[in-house]
Amino acid sequence: MLYELYLSKLMGPILYLSKIMGPMLEGTIVTLQLFFVTIIFSIPLGLTLALARISKFKILKDFTGVYIWLLRGTPLLLQLFFIYFGLPYIPIVGVTLDRFPAAAITFILNYAAYFAEIFRAGIQSIDKGQYEASKALGMTYWQTMRRIILPQMVKRVLPPVSNETITLVKDTALVYAIGLSELLRAAKVAVQRDFTTVPFMIAAVFYLVMTLVLTWVFKKLEQKYALYE
Amino acid sequence: MNMIEATNIYKKFNQLEVLKGISLQVKKGEVIAIIGPSGSGKSTFLRCLNHLEIIDKGSITIEGEMMAKMDSAGNSHYQSPSEVRRICKKMGMVFQGFNLFPHKTVLGNIIEAPMVVNKMDRRQAVSIAEELLQKVGLIDKRDSYPSQLSGGQKQRVAIARALAMRPDIMLFDEPTSALDPELTGEVLKVMKDLAEEHMTMLVVTHEMGFARGVANRVIFMDDGKIIEEGEPQEIFSNPSHPRTKAFLNQIL
Repeated sequence: MLYELYLSKLMGPILYLSKIMGPMLEGTIVTLQLFFVTIIFSIPLGLTLALARISKFKILKDFTGVYIWLLRGTPLLLQLFFIYFGLPYIPIVGVTLDRFPAAAITFILNYAAYFAEIFRAGIQSIDKGQYEASKALGMTYWQTMRRIILPQMVKRVLPPVSNETITLVKDTALVYAIGLSELLRAAKVAVQRDFTTVPFMIAAVFYLVMTLVLTWVFKKLEQKYALYE
Repeated sequence: MNMIEATNIYKKFNQLEVLKGISLQVKKGEVIAIIGPSGSGKSTFLRCLNHLEIIDKGSITIEGEMMAKMDSAGNSHYQSPSEVRRICKKMGMVFQGFNLFPHKTVLGNIIEAPMVVNKMDRRQAVSIAEELLQKVGLIDKRDSYPSQLSGGQKQRVAIARALAMRPDIMLFDEPTSALDPELTGEVLKVMKDLAEEHMTMLVVTHEMGFARGVANRVIFMDDGKIIEEGEPQEIFSNPSHPRTKAFLNQIL
Protein backbone atom coordinates (compact mmCIF):
# COMPACT_ATOMS: atom_id res chain seq x y z
CA MET A 1 0.00 0.00 0.00
CA LEU A 2 2.63 2.41 1.13
CA TYR A 3 4.86 1.41 -1.74
CA GLU A 4 2.10 2.02 -4.29
CA LEU A 5 1.38 5.41 -2.80
CA TYR A 6 5.07 6.24 -2.96
CA LEU A 7 5.24 5.08 -6.55
CA SER A 8 2.25 7.14 -7.61
CA LYS A 9 3.74 10.20 -5.94
CA LEU A 10 6.97 9.62 -7.81
CA MET A 11 5.30 8.79 -11.09
CA GLY A 12 3.29 11.97 -11.14
CA PRO A 13 6.20 14.34 -11.79
CA ILE A 14 7.89 11.89 -14.16
CA LEU A 15 4.74 11.59 -16.23
CA TYR A 16 4.34 15.34 -16.22
CA LEU A 17 7.92 15.90 -17.29
CA SER A 18 7.64 13.41 -20.13
CA LYS A 19 4.46 15.16 -21.24
CA ILE A 20 6.00 18.62 -21.52
CA MET A 21 9.44 17.46 -22.63
CA GLY A 22 8.32 16.92 -26.24
CA PRO A 23 7.18 20.48 -26.94
CA MET A 24 10.13 21.88 -25.03
CA LEU A 25 12.63 19.88 -27.05
CA GLU A 26 10.91 21.04 -30.22
CA GLY A 27 11.25 24.59 -28.96
CA THR A 28 14.92 23.96 -28.23
CA ILE A 29 15.43 22.81 -31.80
CA VAL A 30 14.02 26.11 -33.07
CA THR A 31 16.26 27.99 -30.62
CA LEU A 32 19.30 26.06 -31.82
CA GLN A 33 18.39 26.57 -35.47
CA LEU A 34 18.16 30.29 -34.95
CA PHE A 35 21.43 30.24 -33.02
CA PHE A 36 23.39 28.40 -35.69
CA VAL A 37 21.93 30.30 -38.63
CA THR A 38 22.84 33.56 -36.89
CA ILE A 39 26.40 32.43 -36.11
CA ILE A 40 27.05 31.02 -39.57
CA PHE A 41 25.98 34.18 -41.36
CA SER A 42 26.73 36.99 -38.92
CA ILE A 43 30.41 36.12 -38.40
CA PRO A 44 31.41 36.40 -42.09
CA LEU A 45 29.16 39.45 -42.48
CA GLY A 46 30.70 40.98 -39.35
CA LEU A 47 34.20 40.36 -40.71
CA THR A 48 33.28 42.01 -44.01
CA LEU A 49 31.87 45.00 -42.14
CA ALA A 50 35.00 45.21 -39.98
CA LEU A 51 37.22 45.29 -43.07
CA ALA A 52 34.97 47.93 -44.63
CA ARG A 53 35.12 49.93 -41.41
CA ILE A 54 38.93 50.13 -41.56
CA SER A 55 39.09 50.56 -45.33
CA LYS A 56 40.59 53.70 -46.79
CA PHE A 57 37.49 54.35 -48.90
CA LYS A 58 35.67 56.99 -46.92
CA ILE A 59 32.19 56.25 -48.28
CA LEU A 60 32.47 52.57 -47.40
CA LYS A 61 33.87 53.42 -43.99
CA ASP A 62 31.17 55.97 -43.18
CA PHE A 63 28.36 53.78 -44.49
CA THR A 64 29.51 50.92 -42.28
CA GLY A 65 29.79 53.31 -39.36
CA VAL A 66 26.17 54.37 -39.76
CA TYR A 67 25.04 50.76 -40.16
CA ILE A 68 26.79 49.71 -36.96
CA TRP A 69 25.43 52.72 -35.11
CA LEU A 70 21.83 51.96 -36.17
CA LEU A 71 22.00 48.26 -35.40
CA ARG A 72 23.73 48.64 -32.07
CA GLY A 73 21.84 51.77 -31.15
CA THR A 74 18.29 50.42 -31.29
CA PRO A 75 16.73 47.54 -29.35
CA LEU A 76 16.95 44.12 -30.96
CA LEU A 77 13.26 43.67 -30.16
CA LEU A 78 12.41 46.82 -32.09
CA GLN A 79 14.42 45.57 -35.06
CA LEU A 80 12.60 42.26 -34.85
CA PHE A 81 9.22 44.02 -34.87
CA PHE A 82 10.32 46.19 -37.73
CA ILE A 83 11.41 43.28 -39.92
CA TYR A 84 8.40 41.11 -39.10
CA PHE A 85 5.55 43.62 -38.73
CA GLY A 86 6.92 46.77 -40.33
CA LEU A 87 8.60 45.57 -43.48
CA PRO A 88 5.38 44.58 -45.29
CA TYR A 89 4.23 48.22 -45.16
CA ILE A 90 7.37 49.65 -46.76
CA PRO A 91 6.63 50.53 -50.40
CA ILE A 92 8.49 48.68 -53.17
CA VAL A 93 10.89 46.69 -50.96
CA GLY A 94 8.11 45.62 -48.64
CA VAL A 95 7.95 41.87 -48.23
CA THR A 96 6.09 39.72 -45.80
CA LEU A 97 8.42 37.24 -44.16
CA ASP A 98 7.56 34.13 -42.22
CA ARG A 99 8.45 34.18 -38.55
CA PHE A 100 11.66 32.19 -38.74
CA PRO A 101 13.22 34.01 -41.71
CA ALA A 102 12.24 37.35 -40.17
CA ALA A 103 13.89 36.37 -36.88
CA ALA A 104 16.98 34.97 -38.59
CA ILE A 105 17.50 38.06 -40.76
CA THR A 106 17.10 40.39 -37.79
CA PHE A 107 19.54 38.42 -35.67
CA ILE A 108 22.12 38.13 -38.46
CA LEU A 109 22.01 41.87 -39.20
CA ASN A 110 22.15 42.78 -35.52
CA TYR A 111 24.88 40.37 -34.46
CA ALA A 112 26.98 41.21 -37.52
CA ALA A 113 27.19 44.79 -36.21
CA TYR A 114 28.50 43.61 -32.84
CA PHE A 115 30.92 41.13 -34.41
CA ALA A 116 32.13 43.88 -36.75
CA GLU A 117 33.21 46.01 -33.81
CA ILE A 118 34.85 43.07 -32.05
CA PHE A 119 36.78 42.13 -35.19
CA ARG A 120 37.74 45.73 -35.90
CA ALA A 121 39.17 46.07 -32.40
CA GLY A 122 40.97 42.74 -32.85
CA ILE A 123 42.49 43.76 -36.18
CA GLN A 124 43.57 47.14 -34.86
CA SER A 125 45.19 45.58 -31.81
CA ILE A 126 47.77 43.83 -34.01
CA ASP A 127 51.14 45.58 -33.90
CA LYS A 128 51.89 47.67 -36.97
CA GLY A 129 55.27 45.96 -37.19
CA GLN A 130 53.40 42.93 -38.53
CA TYR A 131 52.16 44.98 -41.49
CA GLU A 132 55.62 46.45 -42.05
CA ALA A 133 57.33 43.07 -41.98
CA SER A 134 54.75 41.68 -44.42
CA LYS A 135 55.14 44.65 -46.72
CA ALA A 136 58.92 44.44 -46.59
CA LEU A 137 58.59 40.81 -47.67
CA GLY A 138 56.57 41.87 -50.71
CA MET A 139 53.12 40.84 -49.51
CA THR A 140 50.04 42.75 -50.66
CA TYR A 141 47.45 44.18 -48.26
CA TRP A 142 45.10 41.24 -48.76
CA GLN A 143 47.85 38.64 -48.46
CA THR A 144 48.88 40.34 -45.23
CA MET A 145 45.31 40.36 -43.92
CA ARG A 146 44.58 36.77 -44.81
CA ARG A 147 47.88 35.19 -43.82
CA ILE A 148 49.20 37.38 -41.02
CA ILE A 149 46.65 39.71 -39.42
CA LEU A 150 43.38 37.76 -39.37
CA PRO A 151 44.86 34.53 -37.96
CA GLN A 152 46.30 36.54 -35.07
CA MET A 153 43.05 38.45 -34.69
CA VAL A 154 41.09 35.21 -34.19
CA LYS A 155 43.03 34.41 -31.05
CA ARG A 156 42.50 37.86 -29.59
CA VAL A 157 38.76 38.03 -30.25
CA LEU A 158 37.91 34.61 -28.81
CA PRO A 159 36.90 35.92 -25.35
CA PRO A 160 34.56 38.67 -26.64
CA VAL A 161 33.15 36.38 -29.33
CA SER A 162 32.47 33.79 -26.65
CA ASN A 163 30.59 36.45 -24.67
CA GLU A 164 28.59 37.41 -27.72
CA THR A 165 27.55 33.82 -28.53
CA ILE A 166 26.36 33.29 -24.97
CA THR A 167 24.30 36.46 -25.21
CA LEU A 168 22.92 35.18 -28.50
CA VAL A 169 21.66 31.96 -26.91
CA LYS A 170 19.61 34.01 -24.48
CA ASP A 171 18.57 36.65 -27.02
CA THR A 172 16.88 33.97 -29.11
CA ALA A 173 14.14 34.06 -26.46
CA LEU A 174 13.13 37.46 -27.84
CA VAL A 175 11.54 35.86 -30.90
CA TYR A 176 8.83 34.75 -28.50
CA ALA A 177 7.47 38.23 -29.17
CA ILE A 178 6.65 37.46 -32.80
CA GLY A 179 5.13 34.12 -31.91
CA LEU A 180 7.90 31.78 -32.95
CA SER A 181 7.69 28.51 -31.02
CA GLU A 182 11.11 28.44 -29.44
CA LEU A 183 12.12 27.14 -26.05
CA LEU A 184 10.80 29.95 -23.86
CA ARG A 185 7.46 29.98 -25.62
CA ALA A 186 7.08 26.23 -25.15
CA ALA A 187 7.74 26.73 -21.45
CA LYS A 188 5.31 29.63 -21.18
CA VAL A 189 2.53 27.64 -22.88
CA ALA A 190 2.97 24.81 -20.39
CA VAL A 191 3.12 27.18 -17.42
CA GLN A 192 -0.13 28.88 -18.34
CA ARG A 193 -1.92 25.63 -19.09
CA ASP A 194 -0.78 23.63 -16.07
CA PHE A 195 -0.41 26.29 -13.35
CA THR A 196 3.12 25.24 -12.49
CA THR A 197 6.51 26.94 -12.78
CA VAL A 198 8.34 23.69 -13.46
CA PRO A 199 8.57 24.34 -17.25
CA PHE A 200 10.36 27.63 -16.56
CA MET A 201 12.92 25.79 -14.48
CA ILE A 202 13.37 23.21 -17.18
CA ALA A 203 13.84 25.98 -19.74
CA ALA A 204 16.45 27.57 -17.48
CA VAL A 205 18.29 24.25 -17.29
CA PHE A 206 18.19 23.95 -21.10
CA TYR A 207 19.67 27.45 -21.54
CA LEU A 208 22.31 26.68 -18.93
CA VAL A 209 23.30 23.48 -20.73
CA MET A 210 23.60 25.33 -24.04
CA THR A 211 25.76 28.08 -22.57
CA LEU A 212 27.83 25.51 -20.69
CA VAL A 213 28.60 23.74 -23.96
CA LEU A 214 29.58 27.07 -25.54
CA THR A 215 31.81 27.95 -22.62
CA TRP A 216 33.53 24.59 -22.99
CA VAL A 217 33.97 24.95 -26.75
CA PHE A 218 35.55 28.39 -26.38
CA LYS A 219 37.78 27.20 -23.57
CA LYS A 220 39.08 24.47 -25.88
CA LEU A 221 39.60 27.00 -28.70
CA GLU A 222 41.53 29.31 -26.40
CA GLN A 223 43.72 26.43 -25.30
CA LYS A 224 44.39 25.54 -28.91
CA TYR A 225 45.43 29.10 -29.72
CA ALA A 226 47.48 29.46 -26.52
CA LEU A 227 50.10 27.34 -28.25
CA TYR A 228 52.06 30.21 -29.72
CA GLU A 229 52.23 32.66 -26.87
CA MET B 1 75.06 50.68 -62.02
CA ASN B 2 74.37 51.73 -58.46
CA MET B 3 72.31 49.41 -56.29
CA ILE B 4 70.60 52.35 -54.63
CA GLU B 5 70.44 55.88 -55.86
CA ALA B 6 68.57 58.26 -53.60
CA THR B 7 68.55 61.89 -54.64
CA ASN B 8 67.61 64.92 -52.62
CA ILE B 9 65.07 63.23 -50.36
CA TYR B 10 62.77 65.31 -48.20
CA LYS B 11 60.27 63.87 -45.77
CA LYS B 12 57.90 65.62 -43.41
CA PHE B 13 55.77 64.18 -40.63
CA ASN B 14 53.00 66.75 -40.39
CA GLN B 15 54.96 69.96 -39.80
CA LEU B 16 58.15 68.27 -38.67
CA GLU B 17 60.75 68.00 -41.39
CA VAL B 18 62.67 64.78 -40.72
CA LEU B 19 64.74 64.43 -43.88
CA LYS B 20 66.17 67.56 -45.41
CA GLY B 21 67.73 66.68 -48.71
CA ILE B 22 69.45 63.32 -48.40
CA SER B 23 71.37 61.93 -51.34
CA LEU B 24 73.15 58.60 -51.33
CA GLN B 25 74.59 56.18 -53.86
CA VAL B 26 75.26 52.61 -52.87
CA LYS B 27 77.45 50.33 -54.97
CA LYS B 28 77.14 46.59 -55.21
CA GLY B 29 78.69 44.80 -52.25
CA GLU B 30 79.07 47.93 -50.17
CA VAL B 31 78.39 47.76 -46.44
CA ILE B 32 77.29 51.12 -45.18
CA ALA B 33 76.82 51.99 -41.55
CA ILE B 34 74.53 54.92 -40.84
CA ILE B 35 75.21 56.46 -37.45
CA GLY B 36 73.97 59.55 -35.66
CA PRO B 37 72.01 60.75 -32.65
CA SER B 38 68.44 59.58 -32.16
CA GLY B 39 65.96 61.72 -34.05
CA SER B 40 68.49 62.44 -36.77
CA GLY B 41 66.31 60.71 -39.38
CA LYS B 42 68.49 57.69 -40.07
CA SER B 43 65.75 55.09 -39.53
CA THR B 44 63.27 57.19 -41.49
CA PHE B 45 65.71 57.38 -44.39
CA LEU B 46 66.14 53.60 -44.39
CA ARG B 47 62.35 53.11 -44.26
CA CYS B 48 61.89 55.47 -47.21
CA LEU B 49 64.12 53.27 -49.35
CA ASN B 50 61.71 50.32 -49.24
CA HIS B 51 58.50 52.30 -49.22
CA LEU B 52 57.61 51.96 -45.54
CA GLU B 53 57.55 55.75 -45.59
CA ILE B 54 56.46 57.93 -48.50
CA ILE B 55 58.91 60.64 -49.49
CA ASP B 56 57.70 64.16 -50.31
CA LYS B 57 60.55 65.24 -52.52
CA GLY B 58 63.39 63.55 -54.34
CA SER B 59 63.82 60.34 -56.26
CA ILE B 60 64.70 56.74 -55.46
CA THR B 61 66.17 54.30 -57.96
CA ILE B 62 66.88 50.70 -57.08
CA GLU B 63 69.20 48.75 -59.38
CA GLY B 64 68.47 51.10 -62.24
CA GLU B 65 64.70 50.98 -61.77
CA MET B 66 62.99 54.19 -60.82
CA MET B 67 60.67 53.67 -57.85
CA ALA B 68 59.92 57.34 -57.19
CA LYS B 69 60.80 60.04 -59.63
CA MET B 70 61.11 63.75 -59.22
CA ASP B 71 59.26 66.36 -61.26
CA SER B 72 60.74 69.75 -62.14
CA ALA B 73 59.60 71.18 -58.81
CA GLY B 74 61.39 68.35 -56.98
CA ASN B 75 58.18 66.63 -55.83
CA SER B 76 58.14 62.85 -55.85
CA HIS B 77 55.87 60.64 -57.89
CA TYR B 78 55.76 56.92 -57.25
CA GLN B 79 55.27 54.17 -59.79
CA SER B 80 52.12 52.06 -59.56
CA PRO B 81 51.75 50.07 -56.32
CA SER B 82 52.53 46.78 -58.06
CA GLU B 83 55.67 48.24 -59.68
CA VAL B 84 56.79 49.67 -56.34
CA ARG B 85 56.21 46.28 -54.73
CA ARG B 86 58.19 44.52 -57.45
CA ILE B 87 61.11 46.95 -57.10
CA CYS B 88 61.06 46.75 -53.29
CA LYS B 89 61.35 42.96 -53.46
CA LYS B 90 65.02 43.48 -54.32
CA MET B 91 65.48 44.66 -50.73
CA GLY B 92 65.13 42.70 -47.52
CA MET B 93 64.62 44.42 -44.21
CA VAL B 94 65.43 43.60 -40.61
CA PHE B 95 63.71 45.56 -37.87
CA GLN B 96 64.70 46.64 -34.41
CA GLY B 97 61.65 44.88 -32.96
CA PHE B 98 62.11 41.67 -35.07
CA ASN B 99 58.45 41.64 -36.19
CA LEU B 100 58.36 37.88 -36.54
CA PHE B 101 54.94 36.35 -37.15
CA PRO B 102 54.05 35.01 -33.67
CA HIS B 103 51.45 32.54 -34.94
CA LYS B 104 53.92 30.77 -37.20
CA THR B 105 56.85 28.55 -36.36
CA VAL B 106 60.40 29.57 -37.23
CA LEU B 107 60.12 27.56 -40.44
CA GLY B 108 56.66 28.98 -41.11
CA ASN B 109 58.02 32.51 -40.79
CA ILE B 110 60.72 31.85 -43.36
CA ILE B 111 58.70 29.97 -45.99
CA GLU B 112 55.72 32.37 -45.80
CA ALA B 113 56.84 35.02 -48.28
CA PRO B 114 58.50 32.69 -50.80
CA MET B 115 55.29 30.66 -50.93
CA VAL B 116 52.73 33.45 -50.82
CA VAL B 117 54.55 36.15 -52.79
CA ASN B 118 56.68 34.10 -55.17
CA LYS B 119 54.29 31.13 -55.38
CA MET B 120 57.17 28.78 -54.67
CA ASP B 121 56.15 25.22 -53.87
CA ARG B 122 56.43 24.19 -50.27
CA ARG B 123 59.19 21.65 -50.67
CA GLN B 124 61.51 24.11 -52.37
CA ALA B 125 60.69 26.87 -49.84
CA VAL B 126 61.43 24.48 -46.97
CA SER B 127 64.77 23.47 -48.43
CA ILE B 128 65.78 27.15 -48.82
CA ALA B 129 64.59 27.85 -45.28
CA GLU B 130 66.57 24.95 -43.85
CA GLU B 131 69.70 26.06 -45.65
CA LEU B 132 69.25 29.58 -44.20
CA LEU B 133 68.59 28.22 -40.71
CA GLN B 134 71.86 26.28 -40.94
CA LYS B 135 73.58 29.48 -41.90
CA VAL B 136 72.22 31.47 -38.93
CA GLY B 137 72.78 28.50 -36.63
CA LEU B 138 69.15 27.83 -35.71
CA ILE B 139 68.24 24.64 -37.54
CA ASP B 140 67.34 23.01 -34.22
CA LYS B 141 64.73 25.74 -33.63
CA ARG B 142 62.96 24.96 -36.90
CA ASP B 143 59.65 24.04 -35.24
CA SER B 144 59.74 26.48 -32.32
CA TYR B 145 57.47 29.48 -32.08
CA PRO B 146 59.04 32.97 -31.85
CA SER B 147 57.84 33.29 -28.24
CA GLN B 148 60.14 30.39 -27.34
CA LEU B 149 63.27 32.14 -28.65
CA SER B 150 65.68 34.65 -27.14
CA GLY B 151 65.99 38.10 -28.69
CA GLY B 152 69.19 37.19 -30.51
CA GLN B 153 67.60 34.04 -31.91
CA LYS B 154 64.54 36.00 -33.03
CA GLN B 155 66.67 38.48 -34.88
CA ARG B 156 68.63 35.71 -36.59
CA VAL B 157 65.34 34.16 -37.72
CA ALA B 158 64.25 37.58 -38.99
CA ILE B 159 67.46 37.82 -41.02
CA ALA B 160 66.87 34.34 -42.45
CA ARG B 161 63.28 35.29 -43.26
CA ALA B 162 64.43 38.35 -45.20
CA LEU B 163 67.14 36.37 -47.00
CA ALA B 164 64.63 33.73 -48.11
CA MET B 165 63.31 36.22 -50.66
CA ARG B 166 66.81 36.31 -52.18
CA PRO B 167 67.22 40.09 -51.93
CA ASP B 168 70.15 41.91 -53.53
CA ILE B 169 70.20 44.53 -50.78
CA MET B 170 69.66 44.15 -47.04
CA LEU B 171 68.43 47.02 -44.89
CA PHE B 172 69.03 46.74 -41.14
CA ASP B 173 67.16 49.15 -38.89
CA GLU B 174 68.97 49.10 -35.55
CA PRO B 175 69.05 45.31 -35.53
CA THR B 176 70.71 44.95 -32.14
CA SER B 177 69.16 47.87 -30.24
CA ALA B 178 66.42 45.78 -28.63
CA LEU B 179 68.81 43.05 -27.53
CA ASP B 180 70.51 42.37 -24.22
CA PRO B 181 74.20 43.24 -24.60
CA GLU B 182 75.32 39.63 -24.37
CA LEU B 183 73.07 38.71 -27.32
CA THR B 184 74.23 41.34 -29.82
CA GLY B 185 77.32 39.33 -30.74
CA GLU B 186 75.45 36.44 -32.34
CA VAL B 187 73.44 38.81 -34.54
CA LEU B 188 76.47 40.90 -35.51
CA LYS B 189 78.28 37.68 -36.41
CA VAL B 190 75.55 36.72 -38.87
CA MET B 191 75.67 40.21 -40.35
CA LYS B 192 79.44 40.04 -40.65
CA ASP B 193 79.15 36.72 -42.49
CA LEU B 194 76.70 38.34 -44.88
CA ALA B 195 79.07 41.23 -45.47
CA GLU B 196 81.85 38.77 -46.26
CA GLU B 197 79.62 37.21 -48.90
CA HIS B 198 79.45 40.69 -50.47
CA MET B 199 75.82 41.34 -49.72
CA THR B 200 74.99 45.01 -50.24
CA MET B 201 74.01 46.25 -46.79
CA LEU B 202 72.72 49.44 -45.21
CA VAL B 203 72.88 49.29 -41.45
CA VAL B 204 71.45 51.90 -39.13
CA THR B 205 73.28 51.15 -35.93
CA HIS B 206 74.66 52.25 -32.60
CA GLU B 207 77.24 49.45 -32.69
CA MET B 208 80.38 51.41 -33.35
CA GLY B 209 82.43 48.22 -33.28
CA PHE B 210 80.45 46.91 -36.23
CA ALA B 211 80.60 50.24 -38.07
CA ARG B 212 84.35 50.39 -37.60
CA GLY B 213 85.13 46.73 -38.24
CA VAL B 214 82.71 45.64 -40.95
CA ALA B 215 81.44 48.68 -42.86
CA ASN B 216 83.23 50.03 -45.95
CA ARG B 217 81.66 53.39 -45.48
CA VAL B 218 80.24 55.25 -42.51
CA ILE B 219 77.61 57.93 -42.83
CA PHE B 220 76.99 60.36 -40.02
CA MET B 221 73.52 61.91 -40.00
CA ASP B 222 72.22 64.72 -37.83
CA ASP B 223 69.08 66.81 -38.04
CA GLY B 224 67.84 65.18 -41.25
CA LYS B 225 71.06 65.66 -43.19
CA ILE B 226 74.17 63.72 -44.00
CA ILE B 227 76.86 65.66 -42.16
CA GLU B 228 79.85 63.58 -43.00
CA GLU B 229 80.73 60.34 -44.74
CA GLY B 230 83.82 58.37 -45.39
CA GLU B 231 85.81 55.27 -44.61
CA PRO B 232 85.48 54.04 -41.03
CA GLN B 233 89.05 54.88 -40.01
CA GLU B 234 88.68 58.37 -41.32
CA ILE B 235 85.38 59.03 -39.54
CA PHE B 236 86.35 57.43 -36.26
CA SER B 237 89.93 58.60 -35.91
CA ASN B 238 89.76 61.88 -37.70
CA PRO B 239 86.22 63.28 -37.96
CA SER B 240 86.20 66.60 -39.75
CA HIS B 241 82.86 68.02 -38.67
CA PRO B 242 82.43 69.31 -35.09
CA ARG B 243 79.04 67.57 -34.75
CA THR B 244 80.57 64.24 -35.70
CA LYS B 245 83.30 64.86 -33.14
CA ALA B 246 80.78 65.73 -30.45
CA PHE B 247 78.67 62.64 -31.21
CA LEU B 248 81.62 60.28 -31.23
CA ASN B 249 82.97 61.77 -28.03
CA GLN B 250 79.64 61.16 -26.38
CA ILE B 251 79.32 57.50 -27.28
CA LEU B 252 82.88 56.20 -27.45
